[in-house]
Amino acid sequence: MFLLAITVSFIIQKIILAAIIIGGSLGIALYATWAERKVSAVMQDRRGPTRAGPFGLLQPLADGVKMFMKEEIIPMFSNKFLFVLGPSLAMVVALMSSAVIPWGPDMKFADGTSFSLQVADINIGMLYVFGVVSLGVYGVMLGAWASNNKFSLLSGLRAAAQAISYELALGLSMISLVMMTGSLSLNDIVSQQHGFWDGNWFSWNVFKQPLAFLIFLVCSFAELNRAPFDLAECESELIGGYHTEYSSLKLGFYLFAEYISMFITSVIISTLFFGGYNFPGMDALANMVPAPLFSIICILVLLAKAIGFILFFMFIRWTIPRFRYDQLMNLGWKSLIPLALINMLITGAVILYFNK
Amino acid sequence: MDIYQIIFWILSIFTLGCAIGVIMSRNPINSVLFLILTFFSISAHYVMMNAQFLAIVNIIVYAGAIMVLFLFVLMLMNLNSDTEPQKNFLIQFAGVISGGALLLVFVAAIKSTFTGLEGKTIDLSQSTNIGLIQNLGTMLFKEYVFPFEIASVLFLSAMVGAVVLGKKDKELAPTE
Repeated sequence: MFLLAITVSFIIQKIILAAIIIGGSLGIALYATWAERKVSAVMQDRRGPTRAGPFGLLQPLADGVKMFMKEEIIPMFSNKFLFVLGPSLAMVVALMSSAVIPWGPDMKFADGTSFSLQVADINIGMLYVFGVVSLGVYGVMLGAWASNNKFSLLSGLRAAAQAISYELALGLSMISLVMMTGSLSLNDIVSQQHGFWDGNWFSWNVFKQPLAFLIFLVCSFAELNRAPFDLAECESELIGGYHTEYSSLKLGFYLFAEYISMFITSVIISTLFFGGYNFPGMDALANMVPAPLFSIICILVLLAKAIGFILFFMFIRWTIPRFRYDQLMNLGWKSLIPLALINMLITGAVILYFNK
Repeated sequence: MDIYQIIFWILSIFTLGCAIGVIMSRNPINSVLFLILTFFSISAHYVMMNAQFLAIVNIIVYAGAIMVLFLFVLMLMNLNSDTEPQKNFLIQFAGVISGGALLLVFVAAIKSTFTGLEGKTIDLSQSTNIGLIQNLGTMLFKEYVFPFEIASVLFLSAMVGAVVLGKKDKELAPTE
């Protein structure tokens, strides 16, 4: 059955697809670092990177070379295996969720073959995403503990408490979405949001579950350790937080994993709430252009939505000051979780009323 | 030996190796990490049986939440070989006795479970959908709804207990 379906061509297809997705994610994350510098520069009335290449476009490469060239230091009394494992785990976990995202509709060729643009269509896709999110904190915690540094340890504890607190609200906001769609498969969730207007109401989930979207967005900030919730790397209190002791490419991995997570999270938010690869007038376009081209347009639409969210993440970072730790906990436990529960109740009541 | 058996044996050896690593490692942090690996390989066994929901919930709940808390506590205690508590002979003796008794109970439980299971095994090479979320949900909310709800009351009482414990600490704190 599910294992018997595996043939050599199937495996090769999936490997190629996974390689393209990972390469693409790395490339976008690379330029997200450049975009972050440019966005911060614009918001603070500066010019940002301008020297390396036109508009500083080669800056990410220059940064990469710089990271490679730095001396690699492993603290003497640290746990060396875990010290190396920390940044590696952060990187792996950041890339893992991309496996279940439907990047576009099946690519149908003229000779009748079709090529799925999703690495794995598992029927618990949303739970898989949630599972990967819940593993995200290990990279930070292990690296922090293995550094054998007080500030790193404090940062690791902060990260763990923060991640666990915000996972709850994140999961609860996902539950109301699942109650509405009736499926945990990301493929089903996207195809239910087909087009933009389903005759009675907007088909995108953000118009049906605005509160769930808001909670999901706030929790994503916390899970990503992004400002205003970057308590784990709060430099005014903890030096550099969990990556205080890291240097060279291992530091680069930590910093880079954050941008990859940001990209993947943006794609997931677009998929769950903003219709994924669907866009207004897609049926009309599907009749006009050949099928493979249409699939590519759909992928580009999804990427455009994701880049919009990446920019939003950046605007927030350079606008809102960092929370205090008690404020963070109060927001999570006393505001977001009750709100998500109320949203769940309302969703259930509405579904019961209309399905009667 | 077909591919399922090969995967099964590799996974089983890996699982048992990690489980032995949990009790053999001197460093508690390594123990926890081995335990996380054990949970992952048990989840892989669930996937082999096409019980995807069980597999992912095992990872979310155990690897994603409970083990993070374990690590949290261990990191706060900062255990290492210097601060390892010295156990006297009596405590070690009691540990051996109670551990042996627990093993006996487990072996007896497994033995009684295995009798009468002959017709209920899952053939991994055959299609089985019993573990998919739709079937699981239907079973839970139709046939087993009463024990399911009772279990939720149990969790609620655990939560209330945790809140009570947390509150007590606050009242005992010196008033400044």
